[in-house]
Amino acid sequence: MELTGAEIAIRCLREEGVEHVFGYPGGAVLDIYDAIFRQDKVRHVLVRHEQAAAHAADGYARATGKVGVCLVTSGPGVTNAVTGIATAYMDSIPMVILSGQVPVPAIGQDAFQEVDTVGITRPCVKHNILVKDVNDLAPAIKKAFHIASTGRPGPVLVDIPKDVSQKKTEFSYPSGIQLRSYQPATKAEPDMLRQVVQVIMSARRPMIYSGGGVILSNASEELTRFAKLLHFPVTNTLMGLGAFPATDSQFVGMPGMHGTYEANMAMQNCDVLIGIGARFDDRVIGNPAHFFDASRKIIHIDIDPTSISKRVPVDLPVVGHVKDVLKQLLSLLDASREKPDPGVLQDWWNQIELWRSRDCLKFDRAAEVIKPQLVVDTLYQVTSGDAIVTSDVGQHQMWAAQFYKFDRPRRWINSGGLGTMGVGLPYAMGVQTAFPDETVVCITGEASIQMCIQELSTCRQYRLPIKIVNLNNRYMGMVRQWQEFFYGNRYAESYVDALPDFVKLAESYGHVGMRIDKPSDVEGALKEAFKLKDRLVFMDFITDQTENVYPMVPSGKGMSEMILV
Amino acid sequence: MMRHIFSLLMENESGALSRVAGLFSARGYNIESLSVAPTEDATLSRMTIVTTGSADVIEQILKQLDKLIDVVRVVNLTEGVHIERELMMVKVSTSEGDADEIMRLTDIFRGKIIDVSDDTYTIELTGDGAKLDAFLQALDRNLIVETVRTGASGIGRGSRILNP
Repeated sequence: MELTGAEIAIRCLREEGVEHVFGYPGGAVLDIYDAIFRQDKVRHVLVRHEQAAAHAADGYARATGKVGVCLVTSGPGVTNAVTGIATAYMDSIPMVILSGQVPVPAIGQDAFQEVDTVGITRPCVKHNILVKDVNDLAPAIKKAFHIASTGRPGPVLVDIPKDVSQKKTEFSYPSGIQLRSYQPATKAEPDMLRQVVQVIMSARRPMIYSGGGVILSNASEELTRFAKLLHFPVTNTLMGLGAFPATDSQFVGMPGMHGTYEANMAMQNCDVLIGIGARFDDRVIGNPAHFFDASRKIIHIDIDPTSISKRVPVDLPVVGHVKDVLKQLLSLLDASREKPDPGVLQDWWNQIELWRSRDCLKFDRAAEVIKPQLVVDTLYQVTSGDAIVTSDVGQHQMWAAQFYKFDRPRRWINSGGLGTMGVGLPYAMGVQTAFPDETVVCITGEASIQMCIQELSTCRQYRLPIKIVNLNNRYMGMVRQWQEFFYGNRYAESYVDALPDFVKLAESYGHVGMRIDKPSDVEGALKEAFKLKDRLVFMDFITDQTENVYPMVPSGKGMSEMILV
Repeated sequence: MMRHIFSLLMENESGALSRVAGLFSARGYNIESLSVAPTEDATLSRMTIVTTGSADVIEQILKQLDKLIDVVRVVNLTEGVHIERELMMVKVSTSEGDADEIMRLTDIFRGKIIDVSDDTYTIELTGDGAKLDAFLQALDRNLIVETVRTGASGIGRGSRILNP
């Protein structure tokens, strides 16, 4: 039976098992929206701004592990989505973006709502495809899902001109796909792995440094077994939080610019560093020259060869799918009669415990103003550590990462690579859409939340009972902190004047608003909010204006050169 | 900073060239020259890129090129035995009466005069970049009206073959 391109696009989504699409209609995608209207398998979530469509699809993908899908129109529809696409790209999130385009004969004519979508998005997608013939549409969408979800995942955009969505052809969905130019590695070279095992066994001060790749490849179980078997300390990067349980005694916290003292000291002073699905990012290792001053053997397991030896030279590169490689390593370790020397390891642990006793995350719990750390800490208690937490970008993000202890993967959703303010609420929408019965919390600040505040309307339309924890210090806190430390207290444009009354604002969208300005009210307010199971509650916590995030590795400094509280 | 020649086979699709060019500009790599054309297999184009960089940059370039979805195969030709050729056309002025001297030089460099007008010769010359440079050096600078060079094309020697 012949279908239109628009019908084919939606049928392809069904074939891929897509249940939700986040989007916003417009001229070039009217036929696709008409096709959505005439079926009931793929559900559409209407956002209020295309940036939020991309973020919501991204958040959905982070929480579920499935490919997130968003649909936007040509021109401004797609340019609005670019921030969301770039955010997903930097964190390697599998996503497919369907964008409308002006009809093929109009391309290049400066037509109404025309932009060179493939050109604009090229540097921030894993791949993109302009479909000029309706017969190429189904194979293009198949290819998009395949590329987005395999290898190192990432967003793939399919640009569909309006006439392509209107033309008809016979529909058949390709069952499989083989690309001669794209065959990502999975298993690692056994010889290299035997060398890795040797180095691991002889380590005196080992350290496991695991990142978002562990979560992306669903390898938390394997990582945990690996770490437990060897009794090595583990640090999870911002993107890797939850991959290894944060409440486990082997967990030393997050590394990097706002990582714990013990994690950074252990990273700097270890003699064998096992990097797993992490990329030695500048926010983690700080100054690479300082990092490289200390001598250690680096093992790096990653699916993307370009991540290996990019910022620091690696001694033992292992290219492969993290889950497969860890399975291979586990079977080698299980078969090995050798074990790391427990006495030597104990000395290392004693040193780590000494660093840990520095209690680098301490804060004034008896303060008369609300300390932001207290809010996150109390939130952790009140939700029994069981919420899915999204965050925006800034100080609140770091406090959330430090004080909410994630024991499971895909429970911590934030923008690590691009650091996109405004993601928190749309991320929460994506997560809550995927998991209607889970507790979803968005930890944000009064600056970030205003970047996508219009989505409170989307939350009302779909009755998404998100709990918003707004750490309101009336400053762009992280900007303010840098200005205090490095710009002589000159607070250029970081004070947010003329804030809205967030309680009234929430209420005007049909939600519940709360304002909390006393430390003694924090716990009660949170408990009250979580009782309202079917409502979005906007909790506006008036926090200490000048609180800073510690520890801090200043930009350009080494990991062990932290500013401590 | 060494000079390296990358040879690529890529899907002959619109946009493939801009993915490669975009990669070089986005990551701050140098392009000294770039030449591209379809191969005997119409689904494939072959590209030669000449670049310079430190050893680790060159390694990254190779990996990054390989990562592009449209790139089928990529090799660093400079790592083994290879041949490099470039084509140049030079238009020179003959109005000053230097025609004989120009013909003699062209012969020495095994070039060909492929177009003649009342006051110009156009010379075709192939060779590696250094030979073309030497020819330009040998010519009287004031006589050169126009030059156009294709950029290098490269191929491995003997059994060094770049297959899809």
